[in-house]
Amino acid sequence: MQNKDILINIIRFFGLLLLQVTLLNHINFLGYVNPYLYLVFILIFPFTGNKGLLIFLSFLLGLSIDIFSDSGGVHAAASVFVAYIRPLILKFSFGVSYEYNMVKLNKVPIAERIVYISIIVVLHHIILFTMEIFSTSHILLILKSTLFSSIFSIILIMCSLLLFSNKTASY
Amino acid sequence: MQQIIYFFIKNKNFLLFAFLFLIALILTIQSHSYHNSKVISSTNFFSGGIYSARSNVTSYFDLRKENNLLIEENTRLREQLATLKSNIPNPKFEGDILPVFNFTGARVINNNYSKIKNQLTLDKGLKDSLEVDMGVITSKGLVGIINKVSDNYARVQSILNTTSQINAKLKKSNHIGFLTWNTKDPNIVQLIEIPKLAPIAVGDTIVTSGNSSIFPKGILIGTVKDFTVGATDSFTVDVQLFNDMTSLNHVYVIKNLNLLEIENLEKTDDAE
Repeated sequence: MQNKDILINIIRFFGLLLLQVTLLNHINFLGYVNPYLYLVFILIFPFTGNKGLLIFLSFLLGLSIDIFSDSGGVHAAASVFVAYIRPLILKFSFGVSYEYNMVKLNKVPIAERIVYISIIVVLHHIILFTMEIFSTSHILLILKSTLFSSIFSIILIMCSLLLFSNKTASY
Repeated sequence: MQQIIYFFIKNKNFLLFAFLFLIALILTIQSHSYHNSKVISSTNFFSGGIYSARSNVTSYFDLRKENNLLIEENTRLREQLATLKSNIPNPKFEGDILPVFNFTGARVINNNYSKIKNQLTLDKGLKDSLEVDMGVITSKGLVGIINKVSDNYARVQSILNTTSQINAKLKKSNHIGFLTWNTKDPNIVQLIEIPKLAPIAVGDTIVTSGNSSIFPKGILIGTVKDFTVGATDSFTVDVQLFNDMTSLNHVYVIKNLNLLEIENLEKTDDAE
């Protein structure tokens, strides 16, 4: 990574963390639906960057959010899981040779972008809500929360990526 | 040996992932099995500081509502004072009546109500002599019990938490039950184990029972919204809370000044 990349990722880490804990965790649309925009950090972390570093940073980001929302380690677990599995999802959405083709998220076709974002968001939310609720008697609540929060998150993430696509051309 | 090192290098990402995932899993399980999870909490100075800064901004938005609440409470207290004054026994009671409960005002800087184990953060802590197991109420009713304190902040286990069980009773007939929450609606909690004999009607008031040393007797909770006969031949009552749990700002923390004495007494009971 270049120096500029490192700086941008540091700013993005703290910016998303603050935005998530001060604003987005308190939306409670319809009483329980919150978007989890901080996934943007994992989504647009340089595709060719160090995978171990991404796993570690995702863990830190998730754990910080857990500290703020008193939720044990649920965000950390979900984030570290999608960070680990991201190369697989990248291959699935953009083709096997995404690393050599220098794929950039703001240049790929919209369908592939939606597939990539949706898979990561849905996987993350399933793990998040399963671990947060942690009881089989509330399985409907888990599915309901996953569904509505995923829709909300995906829309918000797509919008923010479109909004900032020119400024952060580095990913 | 070389092969072991080679194995570690080859699988370093997986090992890192497995290690971090395990930590997160342990933290999660810990937060589900203990009432006060020790490690991860928003009462540290970093998250507490950010929440206070946020609350300093957002508290301006509902000043008008807060003022109205205070006026309502003042009116109620003045009415009670007037009634008490007119009922003072004659001749006058000699000496001071020792207070049993001490109230401290605090502000909610982080409020949750959409999860199934909800916790709140208050802007006061050990420095303001708050301790674990103190009750928290608003001018309108019950909020929860403190379960972790740091120097400047305290965390409250809300009544909107599936692990909370608070003693409560019907004001009219003194029948006692437990308050639980079925996670469906943040303004409705369930009162269980009310005996089937109890005369109960929609609109009845529910108050704290005073059986535990945490809350004084008669703190308002809510009114009966609906009731059904549960599995064990007892009533399960839906209680509409007086509090709006989705917008809490100023709360009172209750300290029982006789707590030490009560605990010592209960200990000696066990020993014998």
